[in-house]
Amino acid sequence: MPVSLPRTGPRGRLLATSALLVLALTAVTSCSSSGGSSSADEDPNAKVTLTVNLFSDFGYADLYKEYEQAHPNVTIKENRADMGAHHQNLHAHLLAGSGTADIEAIEIGQVAGFQPEAGKFLNFLDNGVSKDQWVPSKTAPASSPDGKVLFGLGTDMGGMALCYRSDLFQAAGLPTDREAVAALMKDWPSYLAAGKQFLANSPNKDARWFDSGGNLFSAILAQAPQGVYDADGKVVVTSNPAVKQSFDLVAGAIKDGESAGIQAFTPAWDTGFQKSQFATVACPAWMSYEFKANPPTDGGKWDIARIPGGGGNWGGSYLSVPKSGKHTKAAAELAKWLTAPEQEARLFKEKGYFPSDQALWTQPDIAEHTDPLFNNAPTGKIFSQSARDLNPQPLGAHGAEIGTALGNALTSVEQGKADPDGAWKQALKDVDNIVN
Amino acid sequence: MAASTAAARGARAPARTAGHRWHRLDRTVSPYLYLSPFFVVFGVFGLFPMLYTGYVSFTAWRADRPGSEGQWVGLENYRKLLDDPFFWNAVKNTLGIGVLATVPQLLLALGLAHLLNYRMRGRTLMRLGVLLPNVTSVAAVTLIFVQLFGRDFGMVNWFLSLFGVDHIDWQAGTLSSWSAIAAIVTWRWTGYNALLYLAAMQSVPFELYEAAALDGASRWRQFRSITIPMLRPTILFTVIVSTIGALQLFGEPMLFSQQQDPTTGGSQHQFQTLALYSYNQFWGRFKYGYGAAISWAMFLLIVLVAVVNFLAARRMRGAE
Repeated sequence: MPVSLPRTGPRGRLLATSALLVLALTAVTSCSSSGGSSSADEDPNAKVTLTVNLFSDFGYADLYKEYEQAHPNVTIKENRADMGAHHQNLHAHLLAGSGTADIEAIEIGQVAGFQPEAGKFLNFLDNGVSKDQWVPSKTAPASSPDGKVLFGLGTDMGGMALCYRSDLFQAAGLPTDREAVAALMKDWPSYLAAGKQFLANSPNKDARWFDSGGNLFSAILAQAPQGVYDADGKVVVTSNPAVKQSFDLVAGAIKDGESAGIQAFTPAWDTGFQKSQFATVACPAWMSYEFKANPPTDGGKWDIARIPGGGGNWGGSYLSVPKSGKHTKAAAELAKWLTAPEQEARLFKEKGYFPSDQALWTQPDIAEHTDPLFNNAPTGKIFSQSARDLNPQPLGAHGAEIGTALGNALTSVEQGKADPDGAWKQALKDVDNIVN
Repeated sequence: MAASTAAARGARAPARTAGHRWHRLDRTVSPYLYLSPFFVVFGVFGLFPMLYTGYVSFTAWRADRPGSEGQWVGLENYRKLLDDPFFWNAVKNTLGIGVLATVPQLLLALGLAHLLNYRMRGRTLMRLGVLLPNVTSVAAVTLIFVQLFGRDFGMVNWFLSLFGVDHIDWQAGTLSSWSAIAAIVTWRWTGYNALLYLAAMQSVPFELYEAAALDGASRWRQFRSITIPMLRPTILFTVIVSTIGALQLFGEPMLFSQQQDPTTGGSQHQFQTLALYSYNQFWGRFKYGYGAAISWAMFLLIVLVAVVNFLAARRMRGAE
């Protein structure tokens, strides 16, 4: 169909159109030139809104209020995204040079990927921070390779423990006392043997031994001297025997029916907690929010014991201040305050996030802290012991993705899609696709 | 506007030739100016990113190799694509989910449009109602469907268990995950297509049906012999648009995934679509060059499918 052109009207129309176009174009260009406000000559009392991008609840809500009261000119706005999406966005925004929040959280499994970009973050060593606040294993991954830049302030760390359902244990004839549980499950093979016993004797046939193979695998591999990277930054998935051994151990347990096959951090996982679908979870300190939010509907109780094998770290985070933010000075002050010992201690006592400030581990109110959520278990003692037993593993840029690939392989065993051998081969192809 | 029109009127008398020139300029230039906002926006947000992605796809750029930015490798990324089993797996998934999502969707839409065309109570309300799924967000819809398709406590499995079907782990299987994702797409887009068909049905002259009814044609016969042929251009349009949409499928499979990295499309990539794989390589693995090459391969595939669609359409028209 031919399009009929409009008959020409008064030339005023042309003028109006071109005026509109000019307006539109100036709007576009003025957008791109804004946002370059310098932070060097910032007035410390000027009104600022600080944005904080996190990937989960860090328990900061009360601390924000306190900080805002002490600094009436500061308003704090927090945004949360999925763990994966959060770090992908941060990479994208650093690449683009804009769009970052004033404070961005970085998880320890992802932090190595940001080392090459250390120069795009504020150096906390130039802002009155001393590395001595943390153990070297916490500061090293958030530093530039030469150690001159510290771009992340340690928040919590993932000291490991074993969370177990004492009521389900009792019904299955397993010990319920913390010390007895820890003594029965000194290492992972004895933990899995106890699992077989549980499955055979538990009257609750819907409850499995652990939540997901991927989670258990992370916990087991975290105790090896090396994970998927060696100290030279090479991927050692095939050459480090600990990787395959941990994989086989978990795959065997899945074959024995010990896994509930529920992916962690999904709604189905929450339901699993509520409906008592598993009797144990390898639990880092920060996971306590999950137990708090999803109590078992059958009235069952969680308790907490030393982790089989002892030690290990899973997760824990940093706060960083990208240079592209609008208020880097004010943001650095807030980040320093949030990660200061007093606030870290509060977060542990109120929310269960175990501090990475090493001085706190011996402080009596931390070391002797007990948690009513876990039947008044001495969580302070358990997690600080685990933190002290920790042998830090070398980290690498793709650590998190490689861990996910191995976890996915174990999921496919749980789903009955692959046998352990086939799943391992598939995982190696995935690792190859990640690294090359 | 009023002032400038008045000024224009005033200017006309003293300088007739100048006014004439303005007039001609207006005729030739102003249509382009009217169109230009679209092209400016398209250029900034459509064409430039596309061309830049094309440029990136010829480089070895990836975040974990400092200095690889701008390192020209020619067609190397595309060559690698041809031997990449993950790429071909994504092509297979995209086409498979595409067929499962498009064919039943359009058939359902056709039936639905036919029903909506009847005279009945509350017709406008129903016509508006079928569009409701389309105005809800992908994320919200998918999250609800994930619950419905839950393995242990999902409603779909509960319903199937009434007929003695064992619990299905929808994310686990290839066909089961494809069907679940296709169900989400179908739920969102059936109503939209039904409205397009309905609009076309209403332009079919009523006399044709009357004549057919006089000749003793049943409702079904009328639908087959009058409605469908008259709707052919609209059907072709919806086929092409739905196909392009299906080839770009991203949000549904991403949110349907229950793995820690949602861009892997399941434990063994069983529902990783092309768009998801491109995103996975670009933002998940930071292989910018390679991710860009996947995007361009996807674009070429869409062009290819659209051309095939177009040629098929022309043949059909020729056969009429």
